[in-house]
Amino acid sequence: MSTLLSVRNLTMRFGGLTAIDDLSLEVPAGRITGIIGPNGAGKTTLFNCLTGFYKPTSGTLRLAHPHHGEMRLEALASHKVVRDAQVVRTFQNIRLFPKMTVLENLIVAQHNVLQRASRFSIAGLFGLAAYREAEAAALDRAATWLERLGLVDLADHAAGDLPYGIQRRIEIARALCVDPVLLCLDEPAAGLNPRESAELNELLLYLCRERGVAILLIEHDMSVVMNVSDHIGVINYGRKIAEGTPEAVRNDPQVIKAYLGEDEDEAQAGGAAA
Amino acid sequence: MSAVVFAHHRMSPAERVRDAAWVAFVALLLGIPLIGLTTVDAGGRLEVSTRFGMLALFVAIAFGGRIALRATVDHFKARKLARQQARGASEATAASTTRRVSTWLGWFALGASIGLPILFSDNRYVVDTATTVLIYVMLGWGLNVVVGLAGLLDLGYVAFYAVGAYSYAILATEHGWGFWQALPVSGAMAATFGILLGYPILRLRGDYLAIVTLGFGEIIRIILVNWTDFSGGPNGISSIPRPSFFGLEFTRRPAEGEQSFAAFFGLDYSPMQRLIFLYYLILVLALLTHVFVSRLRRLPVGRAWEALREDEIACRAMGMNTTNIKLSAFAIGAMLGGFAGVFFAARQGFISPESFVFTESAIVLAIVVLGGMGSQLGVVLAAALLVLIPEFGRNFAEYRMLLFGAAMVLIMVWKPGGLLSHREPTVRLGQREETPA
Repeated sequence: MSTLLSVRNLTMRFGGLTAIDDLSLEVPAGRITGIIGPNGAGKTTLFNCLTGFYKPTSGTLRLAHPHHGEMRLEALASHKVVRDAQVVRTFQNIRLFPKMTVLENLIVAQHNVLQRASRFSIAGLFGLAAYREAEAAALDRAATWLERLGLVDLADHAAGDLPYGIQRRIEIARALCVDPVLLCLDEPAAGLNPRESAELNELLLYLCRERGVAILLIEHDMSVVMNVSDHIGVINYGRKIAEGTPEAVRNDPQVIKAYLGEDEDEAQAGGAAA
Repeated sequence: MSAVVFAHHRMSPAERVRDAAWVAFVALLLGIPLIGLTTVDAGGRLEVSTRFGMLALFVAIAFGGRIALRATVDHFKARKLARQQARGASEATAASTTRRVSTWLGWFALGASIGLPILFSDNRYVVDTATTVLIYVMLGWGLNVVVGLAGLLDLGYVAFYAVGAYSYAILATEHGWGFWQALPVSGAMAATFGILLGYPILRLRGDYLAIVTLGFGEIIRIILVNWTDFSGGPNGISSIPRPSFFGLEFTRRPAEGEQSFAAFFGLDYSPMQRLIFLYYLILVLALLTHVFVSRLRRLPVGRAWEALREDEIACRAMGMNTTNIKLSAFAIGAMLGGFAGVFFAARQGFISPESFVFTESAIVLAIVVLGGMGSQLGVVLAAALLVLIPEFGRNFAEYRMLLFGAAMVLIMVWKPGGLLSHREPTVRLGQREETPA
């Protein structure tokens, strides 16, 4: 399996705080990679570095883009990460355009394509055929994803008025409209009920197996992350403490320690040994 | 306690009686010392006497009044609930009703604005005021791009109005440019200033943005006051040429070799001809602005403005270049303000920094906010209100501005989202075929 994204020695410091400390990670193409770790471990910081919201203190983020060859994500501004490298993210606390309708949210996601077709609004203002075609294509793509995610009936509702679980789905649909090479999902199952999480599992597997989208998944809901991930990386205090298949990670003593803490005896023994 | 609080469920008659009985009981308790007992002057000393008849009447009134009050409140609550349920059940119909009413209102306003100078062709005051309304409508539509759509709070909008007005005034008086030549150049000039202002404040939002734009507005005005060689300073620029009707001037005695409008059409000269021409000129400019802005709103750039208003971080996460989006909003908004400024200079024939004070910015912003952020028709209604209320208020002399403030507060209480806060989606799934390009 070829590597899509390779994170090498990534470090991110905020003043005295080292949020990510010399982290290296490989994300294979066409697979689901899970990232887990306790709260404050640096998972979202990793996403922010990856998608250009933060500029890493040091380290490299190489993306083997299927069409454009190797790209260095750490050098790109956040909008270019999406526009040029097609690495798209969702947010832990949903960030939709709440007053716009669901359909408009999905159309806005295709801004760059449409803006080019509208020739900086000139062709658009006069309603030229080239722009009309591009808009019809954008609507078709939006409609396809709305249908796949069961959102067609809600297409003309304001996105902010819809229930939380549906907003999560809209955010994923919106990210899919960018036609991602790598989809970074930040806790997509947070706030979902068990049935919705099961639907999410099914969707993630569909995207990965049928559409060939590589997925990087931050998740606390173990029923999601253990069931769908091909590969899991565990982060604690900004360092990678374990990596491997879901089974291997589940039984890793380091991981158990990070999540549950260690027994007092062991801690003392460890302290004495140190 | 529970008996006195307005219950949320529908009350049965027995409950109503019990509720009223409680109130009557409280009234009785209060009424005994207040009404039931009274002191009378009996030959130099006070005596306590009783008024139980009046007390009974008081308690009865409290009882009956409570039942009536309850019934009224319940009635209105039920109606409100029914309205809400109806809205929930058929949100689509409600939206389509709003759309129908808006469309109807829009056509009515268009018809009225075309017919107005015909009806009032000899009333200088009416035509003049209507022209002022239209200038504010145009300014409102321009600022609506920046504030209503892109969500960038701009308190210095008058600066672009001033740039437009002074550009035309200087081009016309010193370089002999005509109105139609100067119009696009002045608009471009204002747009350039929009970008100049926009660039340094890209990272600012909300209050900080408002303060910087406010400062920018003042900087422009103070430059105009002090740079006497360039702008005439506080004396302003006078005898700015008026626009002509395809080369026909609106004067009694046209210059050598020129023809006047009245002579060409074989009419008697009347100063109203120019006023009505100016009125139709700003009407055309405003309508062009309207068509331009409403088309832009349905284009990628317009959706990007709205997305920027909703969530800037999400915009970046969708690959949008927020720098370009902000600058385009500032540039387009400034350009429209500049056009309005050119018209203003041409209409007045005289401009000075006095016309471009902060109050103007505040009024235009009030128009956008009162109209309902982003609503084109709302701007028209709010502009009409904000220009007409002070005009009607002239009868109240010094209370005029008080009335103006009170009206604004009342509108905000009654309609916190603005007069027309309904947002029309730019595209619908159901009508993909008839999507406007």
